[in-house]
Amino acid sequence: MSRMHITLTVNGEERELLAEPRELLIHVLREKLGLTGPHIGCDTSHCGACTVEMNGRSVKACTVFAAQADGAEITTIEGLGSPDGLHVLQQAFREHHGLQCGFCTPGMITRAHRLLQENPDPTEEEVRFGMAGNLCRCTGYQNIVKAILAAAEEMNTVKEAAE
Amino acid sequence: MNDMTPPTREERVEKLKGLGCSRKRVEDVRFTHGKGNYVDDIKLPGMLHGDFVRSPYAHARVKSIDASAALALKGVVAVLTAKDLEPLNLHWMPTLAGDKQMVLADGKVLFQGQEVAFVLAEDRYIAADAAELVEVEYEELPVVTDPFKALEPDAVELREDLHGQDSGVHGKRRHHNHIFLWEAGHKEATEQAISSAEVVAEEMVYYHRTHPCPLETCGSVASMDKVNGKLTVYGTFQAPHVVRTVASLLSGIEEHNIRVVSPDIGGGFGNKVGVYPGYVCSIVASIVTGRPVKWVEDRMENLMATAFARDYWMKGRISATKDGRITGLSCHVTADHGAFDACADPTKFPAGFFHIMTGSYDIPVAHVGVDGVYTNKAPGGVAYRCSFRVTEAAYFIERMIEVLAIELGMDAAELRAKNFIRKEQFPYHSALGWEYDSGDYHTAWEKALKAVDYEGLRREQAERVEAFRRGETRKLLGIGLTHFTEIVGAGPVKNCDILGMGMFDSCEIRIHPTGSAIARLGTISQGQGHATTFAQILASEIGLSADSITIEEGDTDTAPYGLGTYGSRSTPVAGAATAMAGRKIRAKAQMIAAYLLEVHDGDLEWDVDRFVVKGAPERFKTMKEIAYAAYNQAIPGVEPGLEAVSYYDPPNMTYPFGAYVCVMEIDVDTGTHEIRQFYALDDCGTRINPMIIEGQVHGGLTEALAIAMGQEIAYDEIGNVKTGTLMDFFLPTAWETPNYTTDFTETPSPHHPIGAKGVGESPNVGGVPAFSNAVHDAFRAFGLRQVHMPHDQWRIWKTAHDLGLHG
Amino acid sequence: MIPASFEYHRPTNLEAALATLKEFGDDARVLAGGHSLIPMMKLRMAAVEHLVDLQAIADLKGIAIDGGTVRIGAMTTQHELIAHQGLAQAAPIIREAALQIADPQVRYMGTVGGNVANGDPGNDMPGLMQCLDATYTLAGPDGTREVKARAFYEAAYMTAREDDEILTAIGFEATGGGWAYEKQKRKIGDYATAAAAVILQKDGGVCSGASIAMTNLADTPVWAAEAGEALVGTACEPDAVGRAVEAMLARIEPTEDNRGPVEFKRHVAGVILRRAIERAWSRA
Repeated sequence: MSRMHITLTVNGEERELLAEPRELLIHVLREKLGLTGPHIGCDTSHCGACTVEMNGRSVKACTVFAAQADGAEITTIEGLGSPDGLHVLQQAFREHHGLQCGFCTPGMITRAHRLLQENPDPTEEEVRFGMAGNLCRCTGYQNIVKAILAAAEEMNTVKEAAE
Repeated sequence: MNDMTPPTREERVEKLKGLGCSRKRVEDVRFTHGKGNYVDDIKLPGMLHGDFVRSPYAHARVKSIDASAALALKGVVAVLTAKDLEPLNLHWMPTLAGDKQMVLADGKVLFQGQEVAFVLAEDRYIAADAAELVEVEYEELPVVTDPFKALEPDAVELREDLHGQDSGVHGKRRHHNHIFLWEAGHKEATEQAISSAEVVAEEMVYYHRTHPCPLETCGSVASMDKVNGKLTVYGTFQAPHVVRTVASLLSGIEEHNIRVVSPDIGGGFGNKVGVYPGYVCSIVASIVTGRPVKWVEDRMENLMATAFARDYWMKGRISATKDGRITGLSCHVTADHGAFDACADPTKFPAGFFHIMTGSYDIPVAHVGVDGVYTNKAPGGVAYRCSFRVTEAAYFIERMIEVLAIELGMDAAELRAKNFIRKEQFPYHSALGWEYDSGDYHTAWEKALKAVDYEGLRREQAERVEAFRRGETRKLLGIGLTHFTEIVGAGPVKNCDILGMGMFDSCEIRIHPTGSAIARLGTISQGQGHATTFAQILASEIGLSADSITIEEGDTDTAPYGLGTYGSRSTPVAGAATAMAGRKIRAKAQMIAAYLLEVHDGDLEWDVDRFVVKGAPERFKTMKEIAYAAYNQAIPGVEPGLEAVSYYDPPNMTYPFGAYVCVMEIDVDTGTHEIRQFYALDDCGTRINPMIIEGQVHGGLTEALAIAMGQEIAYDEIGNVKTGTLMDFFLPTAWETPNYTTDFTETPSPHHPIGAKGVGESPNVGGVPAFSNAVHDAFRAFGLRQVHMPHDQWRIWKTAHDLGLHG
Repeated sequence: MIPASFEYHRPTNLEAALATLKEFGDDARVLAGGHSLIPMMKLRMAAVEHLVDLQAIADLKGIAIDGGTVRIGAMTTQHELIAHQGLAQAAPIIREAALQIADPQVRYMGTVGGNVANGDPGNDMPGLMQCLDATYTLAGPDGTREVKARAFYEAAYMTAREDDEILTAIGFEATGGGWAYEKQKRKIGDYATAAAAVILQKDGGVCSGASIAMTNLADTPVWAAEAGEALVGTACEPDAVGRAVEAMLARIEPTEDNRGPVEFKRHVAGVILRRAIERAWSRA
């Protein structure tokens, strides 16, 4: 089983590692780079718990080979916010009780982050459609949707104030 | 604010963040950062990975297992089979239901996905490669997936290990595939009531097989430290202390040398109550190799092999006077338990609390019999976001009420109101032996009907039916009603135990000198937010801010013994223990305060966060001051320190209830549906954290939506699982899920220290019949009485088709 | 779920990709977005020794619109199809269909080439491309050739593409007119119970051209010329729509699965097609 050199820019930092081509990006992130925020929920690209951002796209890291990701820029939940402060989305999820067991949360927030980059002022329907690749078993989504809409509003207010 | 102004009483109450406050969750900071710590996040030095070889057949003899090719693969450490476990007497394990279950296939397999061999390798990739290289020779046997066929005289014998045993732990077995017959109530009196009744409705109500499917699958990491003789097991355990006891009994390692840790759990919903072969194999493998061993199943394994829920065929009869007074209720259940009886019920209740099936109604006489049956399906029978078999019971009675309403030609809301247990009847003794603690069903019901404008909805529905008949629309309107009564908080030790362990729970509190605290409990959160809410209970009891109280659960080395979290028991039992331990703290604090203020204990009264001298409000000691004094003053007759522990044995269960209304549009041509409105009124007694209650209700309703509208574990006739991935096993996304309206009434439990009843499971228990009744109700005008769930598109279409609605 | 080992290749031009395919023959598979192939590999239902990842081949990307002629590179993702303004003008049915495929994350990775070339009867794009009368460009060791979408699909996962060929582009003439992509599924992320792609031309209140295809109702997409012909010359009144539906129903051969029995699927196919025709007509 030959291993290949893989270079990834993860959360702004260049990381080099050896991996078999077949290794899944989610395993590389979780086990080789210690980024255990994204999780494995379904293995078949339905649940979105493994969602990370790759080259500006939300992807399910359980359905991407490490080899495919070679050279990519990756953002995981660990790349949002900081130990000292929550990202607006993280804060909104807490404020609006958009999480319970927390297992889907990293994928959920990472996906929401990209959604709001592409559609900064979404309707409720657009949020529901845009988040439909992420399953949650605990919350029934209502508060997740609320949190994302609130975060969008907050981000827009901050942006307007800056302009 | 002026620093010199002392805070008002209201400000002090607010600062506590105690009962009734929508406190933000303390868990969320780490979860939103991606810093949760779930079992698959655990990585120990030298850790091996285990993976199962599983049976592709539902029933077959295992002729041989050849692991030589697997063992030849670089990085493979061992391949365990039943033969390897037999000398340790671990090839079988006891189940929670008093049966036994194969850990690894012992001569035969009894369901598809059954564990046959456990491959141990340096990493999970090698383990998977090796699992594929293990060659197993099978000889196929006839398969039984239908519990009724399993009981036919010439049905193949599934459990040859039980051959000739005509009784089990729950009594007589009348057939080789029969497990038990369990009965409650008065059979003769019920027959008498039904046979002499003016109106009788009879129906077979099937609650299909499904699965809790938490987003995190099950897994464990076992680490045997051979030098110190200590075994540590991390895992997805809803009941870590019970796992420790079972692990000790099975392995022979003394219990003090075993530490079981439930880290963060990514949802449980009942799936993580039981003990699975994977846990046992990881432990054995670690004992054998002296290295840590991780086993984490994938989603297909989770759906195929870990505990299912429901699969109850409920044949019911309900009788009434012609003006709608219910006079009797009878039910016979054929319960499909799969290959091993691994139901997670209190030991004395092989059908759980199914005998809550009289629901919210004052039914004078009732009888239930449950036949447990073996089939070639996975074992389980857990309470999927409900107390033990309570959702089956609620579904049964709420369907029977609807069927009776049809039989009587009566409005189903009116029929319910006519038969509710009245407020003044509480505590109410049900015909099947329960003592309902408190309730006010009529008030809740009227509030719900008013909130949705029930009469307006019925008018709209009647107009819709007319428009449909005129050919102006192809959509029907269904109004799904439910008034459910739950029974949670197991339970009194006198009649509830698991493997002999009484179902008490516990809390241990230490107050630190500077006036903060840590409390440890025997429960374990899987998303319920215990770290937030138990601190609130305690804040109100001991007058320290919830923000100054750490709640810790899940580590058996530090937490007091408890029976864990399932069946909505945490708040009713551990919540009570928390309040009681808090009261012990307060009692001691009162003695300390009396000493400090130089008055008698009886001269003091409690006021939010302090003891005050009666009649002299300026003379007081705050809890913070008292905490400090507890550690730095020698007080005559009082030990230093401020700690307490409470083991709480509840005197009774609690009985949350609720009134739900679902309004659903159904397209008769495609079988698709749209939830137009869902109103959920819950009464869970005293409300600890309204925000969390609302979140629990949203989540439970969504699980109910999934179950009622499509989610099932389906088998074909040769026992293949047809719904093994999330493509086919229905978990709704944000797109399929509606918005819900939540509401409440508040009827405290009279026997619970703070009056709380528990809420996590109510929305599933009440939600399933509400969604299902909406589907049925849409077709009532066209003659539908009963169809089986799940109401997925083709089944709804078939209902319409069979009723002649497609022309 | 862990895939078996393979060698990974990431050629930067088509020639290199074709050479790799030629070198390894049956042992090689091309990888586009991977959202069909990777789950199959993880389930070990697809064995691949050499995986040829097409992501670095710039020529396979992009959407070119020249008047009414549309050319879409095979590696264009569903997300890019949805976001492309020019395409939304030229062939809005593509956006409507792409939005109904899988979920947002999958659409960022899933490509139009992968979707059409895989031959999975559940995929939405093959039926759509038959409706559009698209042409696929196949590059092989002996050069390129073109195959009509309507002649490409032979059976489930069996297509006119040879193992040593790569589908590089899809081209079609945008015809304008009314359009609809109607899909019934159980939930987001599901394949169709039944889906219909309909494009209609209207001339003076009369249907002057019609193209109708359906998805996941046979082991290949079903484009039924006679269904379209039933509408031409009519005002798409209920009788004509009924004849079109009948013509299509005579062609489909659904099989039972978890979405339902054959009888149900046939009924839903009729309903979905009727709705698609009505919607397309209302937009014509």
